[in-house]
Amino acid sequence: MSEVSATKADFEPKIIAFFCKWCTSAGADLAGTSRINYAPNVVGIRVMCSSRVDPEHVLEAFREGADGVLIGGCHPGDCHYQTGNFKTMRRAAFLSNLLDALSIDSKRFRVEWISASEGRRFAQTITSFTEEIRSLGPLSRKRLLKESARGGNHE
Amino acid sequence: MKYSHANRLGIFICHCGVNISSTVDIETVKKALTGYPGVSLITDHTYTCSNPGQDMIRNKIREEELDSVVIAACSPSLHENTFRKTLEEAGINPYKLEIANIREQCSWVHSDRKVATEKAISIIKAAVSKALLNEPLTPISVPVTRKALVVGGGIAGIQASLNIANSGYKVILVEKEPSIGGKMAQLSETFPTLDCSQCILTHRMVEVERHPNINLMVSSEVTRISGFVGNFEVTIRKKKTYVNAEKCNGCGICIEKCPRKTDSEFDRALSKRKVIYRPFPQAVPNIPVIDGEHCLYLLKGRCGVCRDVCGPGAIEFEQEERFVKEKVGAIVIATGYETFPIENIPEYGGGTIPDVIDGLAFERILSASGPTGGEIRRPSDGKVPKEVAFIQCVCSRDPEKYFSYCSKVCCMYTSKHAMLYKHRVKDGQPYVFYIDIRAGGKGYEEFYQRASEEDEVLYIRGKVSRLYREDGKIVVEGTDTLLQENVAVRVDMVVLATAIRPSQDVSRIAQLLKASVDENGFFTEAHPKLRPVESMTAGVFLAGCAQAPRDIPDTVSGASAAALMVCNLFASEELKHEPTIAGVDEDVCSGCGICIGVCPYEARELDREKRVATVNEVLCEGCGACTAACPSGAAVQRNFTDKQISSMIKAILA
Repeated sequence: MSEVSATKADFEPKIIAFFCKWCTSAGADLAGTSRINYAPNVVGIRVMCSSRVDPEHVLEAFREGADGVLIGGCHPGDCHYQTGNFKTMRRAAFLSNLLDALSIDSKRFRVEWISASEGRRFAQTITSFTEEIRSLGPLSRKRLLKESARGGNHE
Repeated sequence: MKYSHANRLGIFICHCGVNISSTVDIETVKKALTGYPGVSLITDHTYTCSNPGQDMIRNKIREEELDSVVIAACSPSLHENTFRKTLEEAGINPYKLEIANIREQCSWVHSDRKVATEKAISIIKAAVSKALLNEPLTPISVPVTRKALVVGGGIAGIQASLNIANSGYKVILVEKEPSIGGKMAQLSETFPTLDCSQCILTHRMVEVERHPNINLMVSSEVTRISGFVGNFEVTIRKKKTYVNAEKCNGCGICIEKCPRKTDSEFDRALSKRKVIYRPFPQAVPNIPVIDGEHCLYLLKGRCGVCRDVCGPGAIEFEQEERFVKEKVGAIVIATGYETFPIENIPEYGGGTIPDVIDGLAFERILSASGPTGGEIRRPSDGKVPKEVAFIQCVCSRDPEKYFSYCSKVCCMYTSKHAMLYKHRVKDGQPYVFYIDIRAGGKGYEEFYQRASEEDEVLYIRGKVSRLYREDGKIVVEGTDTLLQENVAVRVDMVVLATAIRPSQDVSRIAQLLKASVDENGFFTEAHPKLRPVESMTAGVFLAGCAQAPRDIPDTVSGASAAALMVCNLFASEELKHEPTIAGVDEDVCSGCGICIGVCPYEARELDREKRVATVNEVLCEGCGACTAACPSGAAVQRNFTDKQISSMIKAILA
């Protein structure tokens, strides 16, 4: 956890999110029309389905400087494409393990099911995830690379 | 040409009155994006979606020779289509548009101006980096065969066929039995209005037969379905009926003279029919068929009376089955239901006690054209039963032993049975065993109340535990859960409201279509609320009990909805399909087939010769699951490529 301490105080997390068009992005729009304020640290990328998100995109986001990555999809059973979110669920489990193996705390990666009617839940999720990442501190890539080269545990 | 055709992208920032500009500093955004790679123009407008706003966009596209556009405004769900049209009017491809949502997902949810402005810049940068890689796309168009196949000629199939045919399209209606009409034709009177089922049904059956747009094929089955939405090819097997329908004039003398009898399926084996027969007098078409399993001539080469008496010479013992191929654009599945066979319920005396019958058999007893002419007489000895027990939820709502779902119609038809029984046997006593009464529907609760109050039907809340014969009576034992005591009623006849099961054809047809069925064997709809009559397979629609247990009003309205979906499809000669689908880069594809398993729409196949995956563009809905799953990057979702997502990530985090 030592990577955190130095910069934690004035740390604003950078978070990339992937929102499915049908549920979570619509939920985000609802938070907007309902004027529910939430943390500004997340910038969303709208995809057609959460199952479009390649684990590689999540890893790339971490590599490029994200402190956290969020995937938002339809609730299980409600996927616009029938089963896309189940694929996301399985990939997420695999990806969490992979992140731990890469010395990235898997808490930095989250999958949330947020429906088009859950504007408030969307806002709460964004804020709580931002706070969680804030408490974890910035993801130090330099150190991460060094640690992983040594095969040591980072976070 | 003034400019090179590298990238000429224009950004249009909308103030949305003050909805955006009060939180996002437009000037700062413009400054931050000036000189951003690929950006040729950045400008703003108070209302980009207004007519003057759109005029401005169109003019700028022409003046600046823009080839792609980012509009930073409200959610794409509101105006993406508006602006696509604007681009098209200005002469550039509508898919060269990207919307940056800086209202719902930025200005409306952040109050700090500096923070909101920074976030808006990130959102727009991401949109720019995607837009620069957007390809011009054209909606996929496929010709549509404007002819529908309706499978099943019960009330669902009849309603759907008539609706489609009346809209001016051709319909092939395939029914496996010798007549259309389905289960509804067997019913006596229908709840909650007690109108006679045949009276309301038979004129529709006749309408089907006479309709110039309907090709009715009875004693037929669909045996093969290939192709896809708008372009199916189906093979229909015309079974042997040994009667030439072209020659037969329906006089019925063959039936009269036929010397052999067997159980009538239509009357649930409560009466006999001839071996050459019509299932029931109002059968449509009015053409008899020969039951090959019982015909003396076909079995032993003796008899042949029907052939001898037939004036027009319509009897053809040497008839062979035929296969007909047809091209259709849409398919309506209306294969209906079966009731769970009582022989499989020995604990309720099914198959061993002759006076234990199911609801459909009781319908026949109640029917004026039934085996008893509408008089209530029990099967074993023809006596009028003075006490009758009706048992609901037989095999339904019984997850331990049978099926967990509710069969939906039994509460109401049991009320009707008990009521009609009481109307005809004035001194009789009906008992109804029930778990609870589900009477949701127009006039249903009132109907149930009428049965229990006016017609003195005795309702006993509780399941039946045991049923046995004693001294010429049938003893029905159970627990009355309201009085909390065991009860035993001694009755003369028992009617079981057995569970509704999907017809056996459902699984067969589902296999032909590669369509999915639920855990109970009913067809699965594309969306339980918003696409309730569409199957998971594009161009295949669902009607009636093939999907779930239904009553007649729900079946009819669902069938009409399915017909409307077919007409929707047929409204234009070509099918337009979103072009943002996932293609295959054949040079990269290794033919591993992972994408094929991932696709929820069966849109992908393996080309065995080329050893690459291929895509049926019409079936692909563009979710992108295959693109994420492809290990070699060969599955490419158009305008959602890995490169685009990656450049968005970089733009946001830069």
